[in-house]
Amino acid sequence: MFTRHERLKSSYEAVIIGGGGHGLAAAYYLARDHHMCDVAVLEQGYLGGGNTARNTTIIRSNYLTPEGVQFYDESVRLWRDLAQDFDLNLFYSTRGHYTLAHTDSAMRTMRWRAEVNKHFGVDSEAVDADAVRTALPMMDITCAGHAPVVGALYHAPGAIARHDAVAWGYGRGADRRGVEIHQNTQVVAIELEDRGSGPVVTGVLTNRGRIATRKVLCAVAGYTPRLLAMVGLRSPIYIHPLQAMVSEPLKPWLDPIIVSGSLHVYVSQSARGELVMGASLDPYELHATRSTLDFAESLAAHMLELFPFLSEVKVNRQWAGMADMTPDFAPIMGKTPVGGFYLDAGWGTWGFKATPVSGKTMSYTLANDRPHPLIEGFAFDRFARYALTGEKGAASVGH
Amino acid sequence: MVCPINGPRALSEFAYGGELRPLPDPETTSDADWADYVFNRNSVPGIKREWWCHTASGVWFICERDTATDSIKRTYLYTPAEK
Repeated sequence: MFTRHERLKSSYEAVIIGGGGHGLAAAYYLARDHHMCDVAVLEQGYLGGGNTARNTTIIRSNYLTPEGVQFYDESVRLWRDLAQDFDLNLFYSTRGHYTLAHTDSAMRTMRWRAEVNKHFGVDSEAVDADAVRTALPMMDITCAGHAPVVGALYHAPGAIARHDAVAWGYGRGADRRGVEIHQNTQVVAIELEDRGSGPVVTGVLTNRGRIATRKVLCAVAGYTPRLLAMVGLRSPIYIHPLQAMVSEPLKPWLDPIIVSGSLHVYVSQSARGELVMGASLDPYELHATRSTLDFAESLAAHMLELFPFLSEVKVNRQWAGMADMTPDFAPIMGKTPVGGFYLDAGWGTWGFKATPVSGKTMSYTLANDRPHPLIEGFAFDRFARYALTGEKGAASVGH
Repeated sequence: MVCPINGPRALSEFAYGGELRPLPDPETTSDADWADYVFNRNSVPGIKREWWCHTASGVWFICERDTATDSIKRTYLYTPAEK
Protein backbone atom coordinates (compact mmCIF):
# COMPACT_ATOMS: atom_id res chain seq x y z
CA MET A 1 0.00 0.00 0.00
CA PHE A 2 2.95 2.32 0.67
CA THR A 3 6.38 2.80 -0.86
CA ARG A 4 9.13 1.64 1.44
CA HIS A 5 12.03 4.09 1.64
CA GLU A 6 15.33 2.55 2.71
CA ARG A 7 16.83 5.77 4.01
CA LEU A 8 15.91 9.31 4.87
CA LYS A 9 16.96 12.09 2.54
CA SER A 10 19.28 14.74 3.98
CA SER A 11 16.63 17.44 3.69
CA TYR A 12 12.92 17.96 3.09
CA GLU A 13 10.81 21.04 2.55
CA ALA A 14 8.72 19.98 5.53
CA VAL A 15 8.77 17.22 8.14
CA ILE A 16 5.62 15.92 9.81
CA ILE A 17 6.17 14.19 13.13
CA GLY A 18 3.46 11.65 13.79
CA GLY A 19 2.01 9.17 11.29
CA GLY A 20 -1.49 9.08 12.73
CA GLY A 21 -4.63 10.31 11.04
CA HIS A 22 -3.83 13.97 11.66
CA GLY A 23 -0.23 13.87 10.44
CA LEU A 24 -1.09 11.82 7.36
CA ALA A 25 -4.08 14.04 6.55
CA ALA A 26 -1.84 17.11 6.73
CA ALA A 27 0.67 15.39 4.42
CA TYR A 28 -2.12 14.46 1.99
CA TYR A 29 -3.55 17.99 1.76
CA LEU A 30 -0.07 19.56 1.60
CA ALA A 31 0.65 17.46 -1.47
CA ARG A 32 -2.81 17.65 -3.05
CA ASP A 33 -3.84 21.24 -2.37
CA HIS A 34 -0.55 23.08 -1.84
CA HIS A 35 1.75 21.08 -4.15
CA MET A 36 4.26 20.53 -1.37
CA CYS A 37 5.40 16.97 -2.03
CA ASP A 38 8.95 17.11 -0.67
CA VAL A 39 7.64 16.06 2.71
CA ALA A 40 8.60 13.31 5.16
CA VAL A 41 6.16 11.84 7.68
CA LEU A 42 8.07 10.34 10.63
CA GLU A 43 6.30 7.75 12.77
CA GLN A 44 8.01 6.14 15.76
CA GLY A 45 5.75 3.07 15.63
CA TYR A 46 3.46 2.03 12.80
CA LEU A 47 0.93 4.07 10.83
CA GLY A 48 -2.25 4.89 12.68
CA GLY A 49 -1.18 2.90 15.74
CA GLY A 50 -1.70 5.66 18.28
CA ASN A 51 -4.94 7.37 19.12
CA THR A 52 -6.17 6.88 15.54
CA ALA A 53 -6.45 3.19 16.42
CA ARG A 54 -7.66 3.75 19.98
CA ASN A 55 -10.68 6.01 19.70
CA THR A 56 -14.34 5.02 19.38
CA THR A 57 -14.67 6.43 15.81
CA ILE A 58 -17.58 8.78 16.48
CA ILE A 59 -17.98 11.71 14.08
CA ARG A 60 -20.26 14.64 14.94
CA SER A 61 -20.38 18.42 14.96
CA ASN A 62 -22.88 19.17 17.75
CA TYR A 63 -20.44 21.22 19.78
CA LEU A 64 -21.16 24.25 21.92
CA THR A 65 -18.87 27.09 20.93
CA PRO A 66 -19.12 28.82 17.52
CA GLU A 67 -15.43 27.98 16.94
CA GLY A 68 -16.06 24.30 17.64
CA VAL A 69 -19.30 23.97 15.69
CA GLN A 70 -17.96 25.56 12.50
CA PHE A 71 -14.71 23.63 12.67
CA TYR A 72 -16.24 20.20 13.27
CA ASP A 73 -19.02 20.83 10.75
CA GLU A 74 -16.44 21.42 8.04
CA SER A 75 -14.90 18.13 9.14
CA VAL A 76 -18.21 16.27 8.78
CA ARG A 77 -18.53 17.72 5.25
CA LEU A 78 -15.05 16.49 4.35
CA TRP A 79 -15.73 13.06 5.85
CA ARG A 80 -18.67 12.44 3.53
CA ASP A 81 -16.58 12.70 0.35
CA LEU A 82 -13.49 11.05 1.71
CA ALA A 83 -14.15 7.51 0.49
CA GLN A 84 -14.58 8.86 -3.08
CA ASP A 85 -11.48 10.95 -2.68
CA PHE A 86 -9.41 7.95 -1.58
CA ASP A 87 -11.16 5.29 -3.68
CA LEU A 88 -11.19 3.29 -0.46
CA ASN A 89 -14.15 2.11 1.60
CA LEU A 90 -14.10 3.91 4.94
CA PHE A 91 -17.32 2.23 6.14
CA TYR A 92 -18.61 5.74 6.82
CA SER A 93 -22.01 5.18 8.32
CA THR A 94 -24.44 7.96 9.28
CA ARG A 95 -26.30 6.74 12.34
CA GLY A 96 -27.75 9.70 14.21
CA HIS A 97 -26.41 10.61 17.63
CA TYR A 98 -28.31 10.95 20.93
CA THR A 99 -26.73 12.79 23.84
CA LEU A 100 -28.97 11.84 26.74
CA ALA A 101 -29.92 14.33 29.44
CA HIS A 102 -30.82 12.98 32.88
CA THR A 103 -31.34 16.29 34.65
CA ASP A 104 -32.97 19.62 33.92
CA SER A 105 -29.60 21.34 33.91
CA ALA A 106 -28.26 18.87 31.35
CA MET A 107 -31.39 19.48 29.25
CA ARG A 108 -30.68 23.20 29.38
CA THR A 109 -27.20 22.57 27.96
CA MET A 110 -28.75 20.40 25.22
CA ARG A 111 -31.08 23.25 24.21
CA TRP A 112 -28.14 25.64 24.23
CA ARG A 113 -26.11 23.32 22.01
CA ALA A 114 -29.09 22.78 19.69
CA GLU A 115 -29.58 26.52 19.23
CA VAL A 116 -25.88 27.22 18.59
CA ASN A 117 -25.83 24.30 16.14
CA LYS A 118 -28.93 25.46 14.26
CA HIS A 119 -27.55 28.98 14.04
CA PHE A 120 -24.59 27.58 12.12
CA GLY A 121 -26.77 25.33 9.96
CA VAL A 122 -25.93 22.11 11.81
CA ASP A 123 -28.76 19.59 12.07
CA SER A 124 -29.32 19.24 15.85
CA GLU A 125 -32.45 19.44 17.96
CA ALA A 126 -33.47 19.00 21.58
CA VAL A 127 -36.01 16.17 21.94
CA ASP A 128 -38.12 15.08 24.93
CA ALA A 129 -38.25 11.78 26.77
CA ASP A 130 -41.11 10.44 24.64
CA ALA A 131 -39.13 11.00 21.45
CA VAL A 132 -36.17 9.17 23.00
CA ARG A 133 -38.42 6.26 24.08
CA THR A 134 -39.91 5.95 20.59
CA ALA A 135 -36.54 6.10 18.84
CA LEU A 136 -34.76 3.79 21.29
CA PRO A 137 -37.26 1.16 22.44
CA MET A 138 -34.40 -1.18 23.39
CA MET A 139 -33.16 1.22 26.06
CA ASP A 140 -34.37 1.37 29.67
CA ILE A 141 -35.23 5.05 29.69
CA THR A 142 -35.50 5.10 33.50
CA CYS A 143 -31.92 3.75 33.79
CA ALA A 144 -33.06 1.25 36.44
CA GLY A 145 -34.73 4.15 38.24
CA HIS A 146 -31.36 5.75 39.07
CA ALA A 147 -31.22 8.49 36.46
CA PRO A 148 -34.36 8.75 34.29
CA VAL A 149 -33.78 10.24 30.85
CA VAL A 150 -35.63 13.57 30.57
CA GLY A 151 -34.65 14.30 26.97
CA ALA A 152 -31.73 14.38 24.57
CA LEU A 153 -29.83 16.34 22.00
CA TYR A 154 -30.42 14.56 18.68
CA HIS A 155 -27.82 15.12 15.98
CA ALA A 156 -28.82 13.40 12.73
CA PRO A 157 -25.39 13.64 10.98
CA GLY A 158 -23.66 11.68 13.78
CA ALA A 159 -21.62 8.91 12.15
CA ILE A 160 -18.95 6.29 12.63
CA ALA A 161 -16.12 5.22 10.29
CA ARG A 162 -13.40 2.62 10.02
CA HIS A 163 -10.42 4.25 11.76
CA ASP A 164 -7.61 2.21 10.16
CA ALA A 165 -8.91 2.93 6.68
CA VAL A 166 -8.75 6.65 7.39
CA ALA A 167 -5.04 6.50 8.19
CA TRP A 168 -4.36 4.19 5.24
CA GLY A 169 -6.39 6.31 2.84
CA TYR A 170 -4.56 9.49 3.74
CA GLY A 171 -1.23 7.67 3.83
CA ARG A 172 -1.71 6.09 0.42
CA GLY A 173 -2.91 9.36 -1.09
CA ALA A 174 0.12 11.20 0.27
CA ASP A 175 2.50 8.41 -0.77
CA ARG A 176 1.19 8.43 -4.36
CA ARG A 177 1.86 12.16 -4.56
CA GLY A 178 5.49 11.76 -3.52
CA VAL A 179 5.37 12.21 0.25
CA GLU A 180 7.79 9.85 2.01
CA ILE A 181 6.37 7.92 4.96
CA HIS A 182 8.97 6.57 7.37
CA GLN A 183 7.76 4.21 10.06
CA ASN A 184 9.88 3.07 13.02
CA THR A 185 11.55 6.48 12.90
CA GLN A 186 11.77 8.28 16.19
CA VAL A 187 12.61 11.95 16.61
CA VAL A 188 15.27 12.41 19.28
CA ALA A 189 15.91 16.14 18.97
CA ILE A 190 14.82 19.22 17.04
CA GLU A 191 17.52 21.65 15.97
CA LEU A 192 16.90 25.34 16.47
CA GLU A 193 18.84 28.45 15.51
CA ASP A 194 18.41 31.98 16.82
CA ARG A 195 19.68 34.82 14.66
CA GLY A 196 18.26 37.52 16.89
CA SER A 197 14.60 37.33 15.90
CA GLY A 198 13.72 34.30 18.02
CA PRO A 199 14.36 30.59 17.55
CA VAL A 200 13.65 28.94 14.20
CA VAL A 201 13.71 25.28 13.20
CA THR A 202 16.67 24.12 11.13
CA GLY A 203 16.51 20.36 11.37
CA VAL A 204 15.32 17.18 13.01
CA LEU A 205 17.49 14.45 14.52
CA THR A 206 16.09 10.93 14.33
CA ASN A 207 17.27 7.45 15.26
CA ARG A 208 17.93 7.00 11.52
CA GLY A 209 19.89 10.17 10.90
CA ARG A 210 19.63 13.94 10.60
CA ILE A 211 17.23 15.85 8.36
CA ALA A 212 17.55 19.51 7.45
CA THR A 213 14.22 21.28 7.23
CA ARG A 214 12.65 24.69 7.88
CA LYS A 215 9.17 23.46 8.67
CA VAL A 216 8.10 20.90 11.22
CA LEU A 217 4.54 19.89 12.02
CA CYS A 218 4.11 18.17 15.36
CA ALA A 219 1.02 15.91 15.39
CA VAL A 220 1.81 13.40 18.12
CA ALA A 221 -1.17 13.50 20.56
CA GLY A 222 -0.03 12.03 23.89
CA TYR A 223 3.64 12.61 23.09
CA THR A 224 3.19 16.35 22.56
CA PRO A 225 4.75 17.50 25.88
CA ARG A 226 7.96 15.56 25.10
CA LEU A 227 8.21 17.13 21.65
CA LEU A 228 7.48 20.61 23.03
CA ALA A 229 10.28 20.11 25.57
CA MET A 230 12.67 19.57 22.62
CA VAL A 231 11.93 23.10 21.38
CA GLY A 232 11.78 24.65 24.85
CA LEU A 233 8.03 25.38 24.92
CA ARG A 234 5.63 24.96 27.81
CA SER A 235 1.93 24.30 27.29
CA PRO A 236 -1.22 23.59 29.33
CA ILE A 237 -1.47 20.08 27.86
CA TYR A 238 -1.80 17.30 30.40
CA ILE A 239 -1.84 13.58 29.63
CA HIS A 240 -4.44 11.23 31.05
CA PRO A 241 -5.25 7.78 29.64
CA LEU A 242 -8.62 7.30 27.95
CA GLN A 243 -9.85 3.74 27.94
CA ALA A 244 -12.37 1.95 25.75
CA MET A 245 -13.62 -1.59 25.13
CA VAL A 246 -15.65 -3.68 22.70
CA SER A 247 -18.10 -6.50 23.25
CA GLU A 248 -18.31 -9.73 21.32
CA PRO A 249 -20.08 -9.30 17.94
CA LEU A 250 -23.89 -9.23 18.11
CA LYS A 251 -26.57 -9.12 15.45
CA PRO A 252 -27.28 -5.49 14.49
CA TRP A 253 -29.69 -3.98 17.01
CA LEU A 254 -28.28 -0.54 17.82
CA ASP A 255 -28.39 1.87 14.91
CA PRO A 256 -27.80 5.29 16.53
CA ILE A 257 -24.88 6.35 18.67
CA ILE A 258 -25.83 6.79 22.33
CA VAL A 259 -23.99 9.09 24.72
CA SER A 260 -24.71 9.83 28.34
CA GLY A 261 -22.45 12.32 30.04
CA SER A 262 -24.05 11.66 33.44
CA LEU A 263 -23.60 7.89 33.24
CA HIS A 264 -20.19 8.22 31.55
CA VAL A 265 -21.14 6.00 28.62
CA TYR A 266 -20.88 6.31 24.90
CA VAL A 267 -21.68 3.39 22.69
CA SER A 268 -22.24 2.49 19.06
CA GLN A 269 -22.43 -0.79 17.18
CA SER A 270 -19.73 -1.30 14.58
CA ALA A 271 -20.21 -2.81 11.13
CA ARG A 272 -18.82 -6.04 12.62
CA GLY A 273 -21.54 -6.05 15.27
CA GLU A 274 -19.30 -5.25 18.23
CA LEU A 275 -20.49 -2.69 20.73
CA VAL A 276 -17.78 -0.03 20.87
CA MET A 277 -17.91 1.56 24.32
CA GLY A 278 -16.13 4.37 26.05
CA ALA A 279 -16.43 6.22 29.33
CA SER A 280 -14.49 9.05 30.92
CA LEU A 281 -10.83 9.93 31.26
CA ASP A 282 -8.73 8.17 33.86
CA PRO A 283 -8.52 10.49 36.86
CA TYR A 284 -4.77 11.09 37.00
CA GLU A 285 -1.73 11.75 34.81
CA LEU A 286 -0.13 8.70 33.25
CA HIS A 287 2.00 8.17 30.15
CA ALA A 288 1.06 4.56 29.50
CA THR A 289 -1.68 2.65 27.71
CA ARG A 290 -2.52 0.12 30.40
CA SER A 291 -6.08 -1.06 31.02
CA THR A 292 -7.79 -1.26 34.41
CA LEU A 293 -10.51 -3.53 35.81
CA ASP A 294 -12.03 -0.47 37.54
CA PHE A 295 -12.79 0.99 34.14
CA ALA A 296 -14.35 -2.17 32.67
CA GLU A 297 -16.46 -2.74 35.78
CA SER A 298 -17.81 0.76 36.03
CA LEU A 299 -18.51 1.09 32.30
CA ALA A 300 -20.24 -2.30 32.25
CA ALA A 301 -22.40 -1.30 35.24
CA HIS A 302 -23.54 1.88 33.51
CA MET A 303 -24.14 0.04 30.22
CA LEU A 304 -26.45 -2.33 32.10
CA GLU A 305 -28.42 0.58 33.50
CA LEU A 306 -29.24 1.59 29.92
CA PHE A 307 -29.41 -1.89 28.38
CA PRO A 308 -30.15 -4.54 31.06
CA PHE A 309 -30.52 -7.31 28.44
CA LEU A 310 -26.77 -7.16 27.74
CA SER A 311 -25.92 -8.83 31.06
CA GLU A 312 -24.75 -12.06 29.40
CA VAL A 313 -22.71 -10.34 26.69
CA LYS A 314 -18.94 -10.70 26.94
CA VAL A 315 -16.30 -8.00 26.66
CA ASN A 316 -13.84 -8.95 23.93
CA ARG A 317 -11.09 -6.34 24.15
CA GLN A 318 -10.09 -3.38 26.27
CA TRP A 319 -7.43 -0.80 25.54
CA ALA A 320 -6.29 2.77 26.23
CA GLY A 321 -4.82 5.78 24.49
CA MET A 322 -2.93 8.74 25.90
CA ALA A 323 -5.19 11.79 25.60
CA ASP A 324 -3.53 15.22 25.37
CA MET A 325 -6.03 17.31 27.30
CA THR A 326 -6.36 21.10 27.42
CA PRO A 327 -8.03 23.21 30.13
CA ASP A 328 -10.74 24.47 27.73
CA PHE A 329 -11.33 21.17 25.88
CA ALA A 330 -10.37 22.76 22.57
CA PRO A 331 -7.30 21.83 20.51
CA ILE A 332 -4.10 23.84 20.20
CA MET A 333 -3.40 24.42 16.50
CA GLY A 334 -1.26 26.63 14.34
CA LYS A 335 1.95 28.57 14.75
CA THR A 336 4.09 28.62 17.90
CA PRO A 337 6.71 31.03 19.29
CA VAL A 338 9.32 28.86 17.51
CA GLY A 339 9.57 29.82 13.83
CA GLY A 340 8.75 26.93 11.49
CA PHE A 341 7.42 24.77 14.34
CA TYR A 342 3.70 24.16 13.84
CA LEU A 343 1.54 22.41 16.38
CA ASP A 344 -1.52 20.20 15.93
CA ALA A 345 -2.22 19.02 19.48
CA GLY A 346 -4.52 19.14 22.45
CA TRP A 347 -6.77 16.63 20.75
CA GLY A 348 -7.66 14.95 24.04
CA THR A 349 -10.80 12.92 23.54
CA TRP A 350 -12.08 14.66 20.40
CA GLY A 351 -9.42 14.12 17.71
CA PHE A 352 -10.72 11.41 15.37
CA LYS A 353 -13.72 13.34 14.07
CA ALA A 354 -11.44 16.29 13.30
CA THR A 355 -8.94 14.30 11.22
CA PRO A 356 -9.92 15.71 7.77
CA VAL A 357 -10.37 19.32 8.81
CA SER A 358 -7.25 19.42 10.97
CA GLY A 359 -5.24 18.05 8.04
CA LYS A 360 -6.77 20.61 5.73
CA THR A 361 -6.28 23.61 8.03
CA MET A 362 -2.81 22.61 9.22
CA SER A 363 -1.59 22.08 5.64
CA TYR A 364 -2.84 25.59 4.82
CA THR A 365 -1.10 26.96 7.92
CA LEU A 366 2.17 25.23 7.05
CA ALA A 367 2.11 26.24 3.38
CA ASN A 368 1.22 29.90 4.02
CA ASP A 369 2.87 30.38 7.42
CA ARG A 370 -0.35 31.86 8.79
CA PRO A 371 -3.20 30.16 10.62
CA HIS A 372 -6.24 29.06 8.63
CA PRO A 373 -9.27 31.22 9.63
CA LEU A 374 -11.08 28.17 11.05
CA ILE A 375 -8.35 27.57 13.65
CA GLU A 376 -7.69 31.10 14.83
CA GLY A 377 -9.70 30.35 18.00
CA PHE A 378 -7.35 27.48 18.81
CA ALA A 379 -4.06 29.43 18.88
CA PHE A 380 -1.15 28.39 21.09
CA ASP A 381 -0.97 31.82 22.75
CA ARG A 382 -4.65 32.01 23.81
CA PHE A 383 -3.77 30.93 27.35
CA ALA A 384 -1.20 33.67 27.84
CA ARG A 385 -3.91 36.10 26.61
CA TYR A 386 -6.44 34.55 29.06
CA ALA A 387 -8.71 34.01 26.02
CA LEU A 388 -9.86 30.41 26.40
CA THR A 389 -12.32 28.77 24.02
CA GLY A 390 -14.42 26.84 26.56
CA GLU A 391 -15.57 23.86 24.49
CA LYS A 392 -18.05 22.09 26.73
CA GLY A 393 -19.36 19.91 23.92
CA ALA A 394 -16.32 17.62 24.13
CA ALA A 395 -16.60 13.92 24.90
CA SER A 396 -15.71 12.12 28.13
CA VAL A 397 -15.18 15.19 30.21
CA GLY A 398 -17.36 16.18 33.14
CA HIS A 399 -19.09 19.53 32.95
CA MET B 1 -1.36 3.60 48.03
CA VAL B 2 -0.07 4.42 51.52
CA CYS B 3 -1.81 7.30 53.28
CA PRO B 4 0.67 8.90 55.72
CA ILE B 5 -2.05 8.88 58.41
CA ASN B 6 -4.18 5.81 57.62
CA GLY B 7 -1.62 3.43 56.12
CA PRO B 8 -2.15 1.30 52.99
CA ARG B 9 -5.61 1.78 51.47
CA ALA B 10 -7.32 0.84 48.19
CA LEU B 11 -6.51 3.20 45.31
CA SER B 12 -10.22 3.87 44.85
CA GLU B 13 -10.16 5.82 48.15
CA PHE B 14 -7.74 8.40 46.77
CA ALA B 15 -8.16 11.45 44.57
CA TYR B 16 -5.48 13.10 42.46
CA GLY B 17 -4.82 16.79 43.07
CA GLY B 18 -2.19 17.62 40.46
CA GLU B 19 1.51 18.30 40.62
CA LEU B 20 2.97 20.31 43.51
CA ARG B 21 3.81 23.70 42.00
CA PRO B 22 5.18 26.81 43.70
CA LEU B 23 2.69 29.71 43.79
CA PRO B 24 4.16 32.96 42.51
CA ASP B 25 3.32 36.05 44.57
CA PRO B 26 0.08 37.32 42.94
CA GLU B 27 0.92 40.90 43.99
CA THR B 28 4.25 41.11 42.22
CA THR B 29 4.21 38.52 39.44
CA SER B 30 3.78 39.53 35.78
CA ASP B 31 0.68 38.59 33.73
CA ALA B 32 2.80 36.22 31.66
CA ASP B 33 4.21 34.42 34.71
CA TRP B 34 0.77 34.21 36.27
CA ALA B 35 -0.68 32.68 33.06
CA ASP B 36 2.20 30.22 33.07
CA TYR B 37 1.34 29.25 36.66
CA VAL B 38 -2.41 29.03 36.04
CA PHE B 39 -2.38 27.11 32.75
CA ASN B 40 0.93 25.51 31.88
CA ARG B 41 1.93 22.09 33.16
CA ASN B 42 5.06 20.01 33.10
CA SER B 43 3.59 17.03 31.29
CA VAL B 44 6.84 15.30 30.39
CA PRO B 45 6.79 11.86 32.03
CA GLY B 46 9.02 11.35 35.06
CA ILE B 47 9.03 11.18 38.85
CA LYS B 48 6.82 14.00 40.14
CA ARG B 49 5.69 15.30 43.51
CA GLU B 50 1.90 15.35 43.45
CA TRP B 51 -0.98 16.25 45.73
CA TRP B 52 -3.23 13.31 46.57
CA CYS B 53 -6.15 13.14 48.99
CA HIS B 54 -7.36 10.19 51.00
CA THR B 55 -11.01 11.03 50.45
CA ALA B 56 -12.39 8.83 53.23
CA SER B 57 -10.54 10.87 55.86
CA GLY B 58 -9.83 14.10 53.96
CA VAL B 59 -6.05 13.84 54.39
CA TRP B 60 -4.09 15.74 51.76
CA PHE B 61 -0.50 14.61 51.29
CA ILE B 62 2.39 14.47 48.84
CA CYS B 63 3.03 11.42 46.68
CA GLU B 64 6.18 10.92 44.65
CA ARG B 65 5.11 8.96 41.61
CA ASP B 66 6.65 7.98 38.29
CA THR B 67 4.09 9.14 35.71
CA ALA B 68 5.64 6.92 33.03
CA THR B 69 5.14 3.66 34.94
CA ASP B 70 2.51 4.60 37.54
CA SER B 71 4.80 3.37 40.34
CA ILE B 72 4.58 5.17 43.68
CA LYS B 73 7.97 5.98 45.23
CA ARG B 74 6.84 7.38 48.59
CA THR B 75 4.10 9.37 50.33
CA TYR B 76 4.39 11.88 53.15
CA LEU B 77 2.62 14.84 54.71
CA TYR B 78 3.29 18.26 53.22
CA THR B 79 5.57 20.62 55.10
CA PRO B 80 6.26 24.21 54.00
CA ALA B 81 9.85 23.14 53.31
CA GLU B 82 8.47 21.20 50.32
CA LYS B 83 8.74 24.20 48.02
